[in-house]
Amino acid sequence: MAASALRLVGLLTLTLVVIVISLWALTIGSSDIGIGGVVEALAGAGDERRFLVVTTVRLPRILAALLAGASLAVAGAIMQAVTSNPLASPGLLGINAGAAFAVVASLILFEPAPTAVYVWYAFGGAAAAAFIVYMLASTGAGGATPLKLALSGVILSVFLGSVTASILIFDKTTLDNVRLWSVGSLSGRPMSSVVAVAPYIGFGLVAAMAFSRQVATLSLGAQVARSVGQNIALWRLASGAIVVMLAGSAVAMAGPIGFVGLVVPHMVRLAIGTDYRWILPYCAIAGALLVILADNLLRFALPGRDIPVGVTMALVGAPLFVFLARYRIGNAR
Amino acid sequence: MSVRDPENAAPLTARNLTTGYARKNILEHLDFEILHGCFTVLIGPNGCGKSTLLRALCNLMPVRDGGVLLDGRQISEFSTKEIARRVGVLAQGPVAPEGLTVEDLARQGRYPHRSLFGQWSDEDETACRTALELTALTHLKDRAIDSLSGGQRQRAWIAMTLAQQTGILLLDEPTTYLDLAHQIEVLDLVQRLVREQQTTVVAVLHDINQAARYADHIVAMKDGRIAVQGSPEEVINKETIEAVFGVRVAIVACPVDGAPLAVPLTGRQK
Repeated sequence: MAASALRLVGLLTLTLVVIVISLWALTIGSSDIGIGGVVEALAGAGDERRFLVVTTVRLPRILAALLAGASLAVAGAIMQAVTSNPLASPGLLGINAGAAFAVVASLILFEPAPTAVYVWYAFGGAAAAAFIVYMLASTGAGGATPLKLALSGVILSVFLGSVTASILIFDKTTLDNVRLWSVGSLSGRPMSSVVAVAPYIGFGLVAAMAFSRQVATLSLGAQVARSVGQNIALWRLASGAIVVMLAGSAVAMAGPIGFVGLVVPHMVRLAIGTDYRWILPYCAIAGALLVILADNLLRFALPGRDIPVGVTMALVGAPLFVFLARYRIGNAR
Repeated sequence: MSVRDPENAAPLTARNLTTGYARKNILEHLDFEILHGCFTVLIGPNGCGKSTLLRALCNLMPVRDGGVLLDGRQISEFSTKEIARRVGVLAQGPVAPEGLTVEDLARQGRYPHRSLFGQWSDEDETACRTALELTALTHLKDRAIDSLSGGQRQRAWIAMTLAQQTGILLLDEPTTYLDLAHQIEVLDLVQRLVREQQTTVVAVLHDINQAARYADHIVAMKDGRIAVQGSPEEVINKETIEAVFGVRVAIVACPVDGAPLAVPLTGRQK
């Protein structure tokens, strides 16, 4: 039991770090507001302009970063377990391509709408794409095997990506509207779009933690999971639904932020082992930490510049991934 | 320290079973009964239906005609969990996720005994400890599976199936890809489980002489049918081996225990 006590302490420490970094991140921005001012504003006191800046501009951005990071990392860990593929990420289910296509299609088909409305299009597109991918993969013998899922995910992603790209080529206004979102960005998210997806992310995270034992059994592969009595069709579907809820929400809110779902689960497994009851909560906290750091470090170093988090994440994530790949290849049997 | 739960020692039989993949039948109208408390070995050339029979016996194959009866009922009427409480199965060459420890793998064998939100019980703990003791892995329980030798790895998988407490174990080529010492290690373990724990084991083996040495009952299969079955002495003879494998052999008595040994004749000696 000593090991699990240590893991609990580690998890709480990491949570504390995330809270401290979040408070620090609230002080970053064009108007000069110190930590005292931030705390005052969060308590609803102090200068009114300061209160507005903190609660309507900075707080939504921080919350979006935390939610997107937690959900992408947990979704990535589940995808890797369910598909027995260490390189799997939520994008494999067609989630990113589906969300992007739905947003772009809605921009050219309908009247301009408030940002929060696009969250719903993106979420719907992500869910529909995942559903189509699952249906395509389920045809034929053996049901939705990881290989068929990956293949149909790639096919649908490429198809939707091409359609989306061709719309954008011919419609410059639409391109300008989605440019920032399509690389993954947290700037200018209104609180309403955070609130729109927060229940789904909350539900997805709770469900993921509650079913972590099922995820662990699925990670043994379909054959073994079934031999110990798991209903794999049911649990693959449930895992897929959780991934769509988590990653779909994150993509809808912040665009496709790469590397989080890939790098965080690997780092967590390196640090604490293969027990999914611990991997999933650790992924949630570590994912939130990684995204909030990536979003704020460059903003802190280069004041006045707002580099999309999708770009900084690639700058942080790519070297990290190369390191992980080398480390793991070096340790392979 | 028994892993056998008497009520789970349910009879398992195939009756007039026809099954296969896609449009091709692998087994046709096959009858087979598992002998309780015995070590049964299935032998036969590649593609003869040994693994298919093993898979059908734990409901992993679609049944075209006839069926598999567990406890007198069609096995397809049981849930996967109910089957996993009665029949343990180890597929050929399973691969554990990187870093998974021996104990964590054994604990997965408790899956069919736990409810959705059920806590880890004393019974689960005892079953796991017993499984690790029987497979002599207690001192390696915190080691990662991928850091173990082939024989230890196979024992860890067997520990998982033992933690299921099924009374029946189906092992698909448990010794394939292992070197000789590790093959003996696994076969000795299986023999001990049958003798001391009264476990019923059905295994697919490629080595006829190992089958003759360890099995209580040998089933020789060819082209989706059971060609001959019986004790090693009844099955391992010149005529059967030539008919089943298409290889001419000389039979000699094993110098250690007198079991029949099949020595293949090369083309030159024909």
